[in-house]
Amino acid sequence: MKEEPKSKGYVLRKLFFACLYLSTFTFGGGYVIVTLLKEKFVDQYHWIEEDEMLDLVAIAQSSPGAIAVNGAIIVGYKLAGIPGMLVSVIGAIIPPMVILSVISVFYDAFCSNYYIAALLKGMTAGVGAVIMSVVYDMGKNVVKSKDWINVVIMIISFCLSYFLNINIIYIILSVAAFGMVRTIVKGGREK
Amino acid sequence: MIYIQLFLSFLQVGALSFGGGYAAMPLIQEQVVNLHGWLSMSEFTNLITIAEMTPGPIAVNSATFVGMQISGILGAVIATLGCILPSCIIVTLLAYVYMKYRNMSLLQGTLSSLRPAVVAMIAKAGVTILISAFFLDGTVNLIRQNVCAQMIVFFVIAMVLLRKFKLNPILAMVLCGVANVILSAVQRA
Repeated sequence: MKEEPKSKGYVLRKLFFACLYLSTFTFGGGYVIVTLLKEKFVDQYHWIEEDEMLDLVAIAQSSPGAIAVNGAIIVGYKLAGIPGMLVSVIGAIIPPMVILSVISVFYDAFCSNYYIAALLKGMTAGVGAVIMSVVYDMGKNVVKSKDWINVVIMIISFCLSYFLNINIIYIILSVAAFGMVRTIVKGGREK
Repeated sequence: MIYIQLFLSFLQVGALSFGGGYAAMPLIQEQVVNLHGWLSMSEFTNLITIAEMTPGPIAVNSATFVGMQISGILGAVIATLGCILPSCIIVTLLAYVYMKYRNMSLLQGTLSSLRPAVVAMIAKAGVTILISAFFLDGTVNLIRQNVCAQMIVFFVIAMVLLRKFKLNPILAMVLCGVANVILSAVQRA
């Protein structure tokens, strides 16, 4: 299959439908989509090398924004430049946009139903548990790394945000600036 | 102008949510509930529940939903565009730099410091969601009438199912929802 000549239109079509399909049927967050993108474009089509894909995934995960969207963008850009990026991102956002638009239209009628309201209310407890479980795993990794500066960052950020209600944008920007300085200082010392 | 506000709000969500899905949640809460009052805390909690139940990233789902609620389809499109525009620019730029230099140490170093802050923000959003689930008036007020005891029980059970039995998160949520429907039906009868 590798030898088959692929015109730009063919690549763009494949990209669009792959992103559309993955985005429609993937429950369970961005990491799942990224894995499926790898399966499709590395294992099935052989359009991207395995090693390179790992780096692309790392970029998608380190950039701000939804990982699924970032994954679509970077695979699209890698395979077909800016047009590829646009086609992939449109494919990736159409399904959630359509689904949520429909839900939004029926939301008020939906929520005024006694049983639906009870369902949503009950699910809140489940969502809370899912979030706290994620927090536990992520927090455990921070503590386990034995990087005590990171542990201090975690505690201070929580207190600033929870008790003092500081806008989290400022917290993220200041921690990012601090992290950048820290990386530069560390890099300088190693040289 | 509501469209500009929607666009700028979700632009900030898109530009600053480092670390995937859950990282966007506290930022959306800040913009949508705290700063602009577009949704109440309980509407926001419902939105997160719906976003978890449907495919697609939380940020895109929220942008579409909030945009629709505030100003219809055009609002939804504008909010969603705002939310993905930073990704389009930043990821493409990084991909370009990567293909040229293949080195990302500054970015990765910065991110490793950012991660603990992101964990803290997600924890904050989780705690606020739980408080709004556990207490009827949404504040930690321990008067008996204000506490939803069944929600605390559901939470504990869900936590055990998730941690001990590695239950699928969506299934855990649905179980809590169904349990509450049954309980409400019994109470009503």
